Amino acid sequence: MENNFPRTGVFICDCGLNIAGTVDTAAVTEYAQSLPGVVCVVHNKYTCADPGQNEIRKAIGEHKLERVVVASCTPRMHELTFRACVAQAGLNPYLMEMANLREHCSWVHAGDPAGATQKAKDLVRSAVARAHELQPQIEPEVDVTQAALVIGGGIAGIQAALDIADGGMQVYLVEKEPSIGGLMAQLDKTYPTMDCSI
Amino acid sequence: MMDAGRHPRIKVLVSSEVIDVSGAVGNFHVKVRRRARYVQQDLCNSCAECTKVCPVIIPDEYQMGLASRKAIYIPFPQAVPSAYLINPEDCLGNNPIACGKCLEVCEQKCIDFDMRDEILEVDVGAMIVATGMEAYDPTEITEYGYSRYDNVITSMEFERLICAGGPSAGHFVRPSDGERPRRIGFIQCVGSRSSRYGSPYCSNICCMNTVKDTLLLADHYPDTDAKVFYMDIRAFGKGFEDLYLRSRSSGVRYIRGIPGEIEEDPQTKNLRVRVENTLAGELEQHELDMVVLSVGVRPRLDSNTVQRLLTLSRTSDGFFLEAHPKLKPVDAPTRGIFLAGCCESPKDVKDSVTQAGAAASHVQVLLSAGRIRIDAGTPLLEEADCIRCGRCAAVCPFHAIHWQRGGVPEIIEAACSGCGCCAAECPVDALTMRHSTDEQLKAQIDAILDEHPEDKLLTFACNWCSYAGGDTAGTARLQFPVHGRLVRTMCSARVSEDLILYAFEKGAPLVLVSGCHFADCHYINANRQTVTRVERAWDRLEKLGIRPERLHLEWISAAEGQKFAEVMRVLDEPRAQVTAEEIAHTRKVLAEERKRREGRKEKMRAAARKKREAAADARAESSAGAAASVAGPAKS
Repeated sequence: MENNFPRTGVFICDCGLNIAGTVDTAAVTEYAQSLPGVVCVVHNKYTCADPGQNEIRKAIGEHKLERVVVASCTPRMHELTFRACVAQAGLNPYLMEMANLREHCSWVHAGDPAGATQKAKDLVRSAVARAHELQPQIEPEVDVTQAALVIGGGIAGIQAALDIADGGMQVYLVEKEPSIGGLMAQLDKTYPTMDCSI
Repeated sequence: MMDAGRHPRIKVLVSSEVIDVSGAVGNFHVKVRRRARYVQQDLCNSCAECTKVCPVIIPDEYQMGLASRKAIYIPFPQAVPSAYLINPEDCLGNNPIACGKCLEVCEQKCIDFDMRDEILEVDVGAMIVATGMEAYDPTEITEYGYSRYDNVITSMEFERLICAGGPSAGHFVRPSDGERPRRIGFIQCVGSRSSRYGSPYCSNICCMNTVKDTLLLADHYPDTDAKVFYMDIRAFGKGFEDLYLRSRSSGVRYIRGIPGEIEEDPQTKNLRVRVENTLAGELEQHELDMVVLSVGVRPRLDSNTVQRLLTLSRTSDGFFLEAHPKLKPVDAPTRGIFLAGCCESPKDVKDSVTQAGAAASHVQVLLSAGRIRIDAGTPLLEEADCIRCGRCAAVCPFHAIHWQRGGVPEIIEAACSGCGCCAAECPVDALTMRHSTDEQLKAQIDAILDEHPEDKLLTFACNWCSYAGGDTAGTARLQFPVHGRLVRTMCSARVSEDLILYAFEKGAPLVLVSGCHFADCHYINANRQTVTRVERAWDRLEKLGIRPERLHLEWISAAEGQKFAEVMRVLDEPRAQVTAEEIAHTRKVLAEERKRREGRKEKMRAAARKKREAAADARAESSAGAAASVAGPAKS
């Protein structure tokens, strides 16, 4: 049976007590072992920290992992972190999938640990199922146009434009009013130095 | 200002607005409309002869309406660029026969009434939004009589009155009689920290601004009797407490209590302020010559336009949302766009400069990389299955699919942003989104609904708004029932009718499709297609005898954690009401429906194939005929 599925590693994160304070991560770890294709499950206190990432890289080599599932926080936070991590171990970064046990589970179901644990198992199962279907991808590379646009010519826009231009790049500073300066130009003195605004 | 104006690598475009943005990180294409100023900027030497003869007198915005200017003017003496301009709405001489006095006196011959607005197009790799804020207009607080009482002014008007370049040349006078006010009161938190007027948040800068104002008064006019009416003095920055203590020791009286009302003496135009001094526990009345309303800061009223053009999001207070409140405070959620200054939150000059430096350094990092990798989220076309209908091209919000009648669509990868709207629209599944395939999404649905499907609220959530709204709910530790199960797609427009029906077929009691609000859609307007798809699915469900009320559509922005939690709470009841029998019936009906749909798709593909083959045959025949007719005469 297992042979039909890509060899998958699951990495369950406690995030200190952020996840483990509500979700029974040991139970989720045990459950993950029963999922199809899963050949290794690692339970960590902080998967995003160096030791946690080392475990992922080590397991990819040791278990010849073809897919990695990280069950931790929102992918909007650490998807790029773990993509880079698996890539360092030679796995295509698009073969990594995340399950959001923190923002979407432990933090919002603090009063229902049993329900949250059940949900965490579901989220891991769903992520493993998706991981099996993932395909390696090559990210297209594009050239970056060596210029920047700053919208708004108040103090923030002026300062940003100067910094970028001093760094050698072309800047377009777009201001709606007929002069740059913004609201600051209307101030007489500014605190804490009590000096002129213009 | 001057440095920016004369920097060789900064092109300052004033009287200009961004009107269109296309492309993505690394390669944005931006259109800017530059309004005609009717004075040639490079020729004008600011001699001011034109202003002297201009007959039109109107309030001067720069001086907060406390002075007047002409229709041809320079915004303020240090303006950058240092050149005059004409406000076409004010000027009489748009038709020079009507006036044209300025034309006659201009020695530089730089006034040009034929000037027109220009559309400039620029290519940039990154953008910084630094659109600033607006000061609160306290007119709505009728108790304070602003705009009714001459001597009630705002802190912005104070700035002009105390400034050497102001309407009274720095002689601080009160508007009613031009006399110097000796008893001045400052009222704090006007339009801030209020559920009644203005905004509920603290505007950050007003406490220290008032402290500064009292010190300016103490410096210019040591005999001034200044009183500050406050809730709390928030002097939390470096050196701020020192300034506050200096203000107190200079004799300024700080009275803890916000006045309920201001009354004007109609004769003297003096003001009577009644206030409960909450430290002394007494009602007090203060007779003042002038009251300064320390007005709060609010998001610019035109924020919507910038938000729409750059697909930004806004927090509940109306300021632009950063990608992460701690780790990415200057990044917008869209890659390649950064935030600086008060458009992100109220802040003072120092913080604006700091944030601008951070945003600029992020831009530098991006630009100096030279080449960057972008997400592999583009569609792949299975040409053999494609029926050449062109619907993918029609719905693509980025015009990244080129199609000509009868031809194979051509996907322009560089222009594609990966919303997946095309794949969801394809009637024969010929398009596959890389990294968001039907198989991947279905595998997730299967896994979620594998056990106890009746307990699951299956939710399709778009990456940028709804999924992020769920994250915001988490960050805020909002609590709601555990039944929601999210399937993340880049855009809600990726969710096809098939996927919705598939979820119901697999036993979902309720399905929620959630995306960005229309103005927030990160793929221009792809979520308009979401509506069409969900409506189609509602129709289909109804025709099949399945309650369409089981399919929900919600718009939840990245900032709306509250709404996300609320939707999860509200939908829990209808989810629980769906019975096992109803689910079993749905499964049966939709399994048959799926077979029918697959059959229909196969027929469409086959018919298109046949048509193509027939056309190919006809072409071969005609070219063979042509060859024969060419060969014919050669033989003879």
